[in-house]
Amino acid sequence: MGGTFLFDGQPVPFEDGQTILQAARAAGRYIPHLCWHPDFPPHGSCKLCIVKVGGRHVSSCALPARDGMEVESNTPEINGERRALLQMLFVEGNHFCPSCEKSGNCQLQALAYELDMSSARFAHFFPDRPVDASHPDVLLDFNRCIFCELCVRASRDVDGKGVFALTDRGIHKHLVVNAESGRLADTDFAVTDRAADICPVGVILRKRVGFAVPIGERKYDRASISTVAMEKGE
Amino acid sequence: MDSLETAADRERLRRVVIDPVSRVEGHGKVTLLLDEEDHVREARLHIVEFRGFEVFIQGRPYWEVPVMVQRLCGICPVSHHLAASKAMDCVLGARITRSAEKLRRLMHYGQILQSHALHFFHLSSPDLLFGFDSEVGKRNIVGVAAAHPEVARQGVLLRKFGQEVIRATAGKRIHGTGSVPGGMNRHLAVEDRDALRADIDRMVEWSRTAVALVKQLHQADPALYDEFGRFPAKLMSLVRADGGMDLYHGALRFRDADGKILLDQVPDQAYRSVIREQVKPWSYMKFPYLEQLGPEEGWYQVGPLARVQNCDFIPTPLAESERLEFIDYGKGEPVRATLAYHWARMIEMLHAAEVIRDLLGDGDLLEGPLMGDGVRGNEGVGIIEAPRGTLIHHYQVGDDDLVTMCNLIVSTTHNNQAMNTAVREVARRYLDGRKLTEGLLNHIEVAIRAYDPCLSCATHALGKMPLVLELAAANGEVLDRVVRD
Repeated sequence: MGGTFLFDGQPVPFEDGQTILQAARAAGRYIPHLCWHPDFPPHGSCKLCIVKVGGRHVSSCALPARDGMEVESNTPEINGERRALLQMLFVEGNHFCPSCEKSGNCQLQALAYELDMSSARFAHFFPDRPVDASHPDVLLDFNRCIFCELCVRASRDVDGKGVFALTDRGIHKHLVVNAESGRLADTDFAVTDRAADICPVGVILRKRVGFAVPIGERKYDRASISTVAMEKGE
Repeated sequence: MDSLETAADRERLRRVVIDPVSRVEGHGKVTLLLDEEDHVREARLHIVEFRGFEVFIQGRPYWEVPVMVQRLCGICPVSHHLAASKAMDCVLGARITRSAEKLRRLMHYGQILQSHALHFFHLSSPDLLFGFDSEVGKRNIVGVAAAHPEVARQGVLLRKFGQEVIRATAGKRIHGTGSVPGGMNRHLAVEDRDALRADIDRMVEWSRTAVALVKQLHQADPALYDEFGRFPAKLMSLVRADGGMDLYHGALRFRDADGKILLDQVPDQAYRSVIREQVKPWSYMKFPYLEQLGPEEGWYQVGPLARVQNCDFIPTPLAESERLEFIDYGKGEPVRATLAYHWARMIEMLHAAEVIRDLLGDGDLLEGPLMGDGVRGNEGVGIIEAPRGTLIHHYQVGDDDLVTMCNLIVSTTHNNQAMNTAVREVARRYLDGRKLTEGLLNHIEVAIRAYDPCLSCATHALGKMPLVLELAAANGEVLDRVVRD
């Protein structure tokens, strides 16, 4: 079975069960995303992968492809909306790329470059989010959390530990550590966990090695995030 | 003699403001209070920016510090990058490898070269080549390029070479990330080494020419160069164990105003046992002083004029030969003239070029271990001789790797009292009792500029800062106003 849909005017084949995003990737067509990860089921929360199908906005990571669909993705309108989402993420947390050790490996930063985001546009919230340095091997810098829940899912579904969770709602939503004390050191989290390597931004960090690789020689310093995604499948 | 720091009857005096001071790094202003006969009664250099780095570095992981604190400055970020790295080396107890130390030294001397070239050619040479009260529209680097194209060209290319050294070692010309606590994260690439080697002999030669140019200026008008802003001052800088000049590492040495050594070989980790800082209500910048002499007598100068006279020798032959000539010029006395800063600065630029030339032949830059390790502690001090003078970084780090205390004493802070004294000397000598003109007020700026102050340790704003001078009566009425766009 399967079929073909039109992606920005070009035919893209799909197999049954594939989402628009999966089929597009398989055909070498990049759709920006933050909360989606090839190893995990779709989550549909960041909305960066939004596309227009038949005049309606849909999350391409979650919507199964259907024969004859007409999908708009890389258009000024959709990219403008993605850029606005990025700008809101940037002002919601404390994202200081110049001194951030994740610079060059950060998907939020890389997407901002990809989508030509040149200013934050909105007023910064400057939230007060203390770091958690209690764990001997891993630092948590909550300032940079974008609520993608990849760490929540990885810890729960892969590591079987449930170390992380999001709590509160709306503007008060934030990442917490599942311990009485709220400290990472009081969980069974380990640096070898899948959750330790899943963060697309700079929240979950291996201690003491942040600048071992020079900025300028990192993944998204060398190639754009769309190139990395298409060529390396990341 | 009146100190001119604080006038007795301030409310009755007229106020003249130079705001901002131009052709310096960062933002500052000078206020003058004059009485009815135009006599200067008070003169102050104010630092009008407040940064707060010492506080917001607290609670951050130690390995982030060398990258974050260098954002203090867009002109000499390498100095902060390396001083923080050195302090964190101490926290880690790390023994720095040969390759890492040589790479850091190369980065640092590249920084000295580019910063000194920038200061002399771009910022100060217009005053020196054209005169302090020359036509203001030409008193800038563009004017120098038109009147002395070869001087301007060499200045621009010397700076560019220094920036290339930084790029090759730190990864970027500004705000690179090559140095990390415990060592370095990159070697020098062979192609970068070869490109730098192709140009270094010319850089040494041009640096010699620059020293010769400053000497010519001194010889052409000794009455001005020897007397302008001259006052006795104590000196502080790092020196090597053998007394030689070392701008990357050493121990503290203090000399009194007569040139006699007051304190020597004070270990960097013990700086707090000899240096204190005083706060004054009219400036955001503290006033450091030598504790044993107290705040009134204990202030001192740092930077090229201090370093060239504080060391026993410069360990490269061309610069050492120039140092000897400089010392001879004092005829047995320390050289005290404010404008001699430029001469000393160019001797250091020559030294930096020689050091770079020697280092570029060293294979350790291209290979060898980059990271050292040791027994982790909780406290470290890193001191380096930045282009503008001694730079101190001091941190305490908790067992959880987060910074709990940060104390930074930047070069310009050490020179705070000395710059204020220079401003007062010049105000007393050249402005007192005269109708103020732009050219006369520029004399004050020339004195400040000689120190190459980085007033905020902030981004360079060459030529973009307007200067507004207002002469106001005691009742606030503006009597005279000069605007420079």
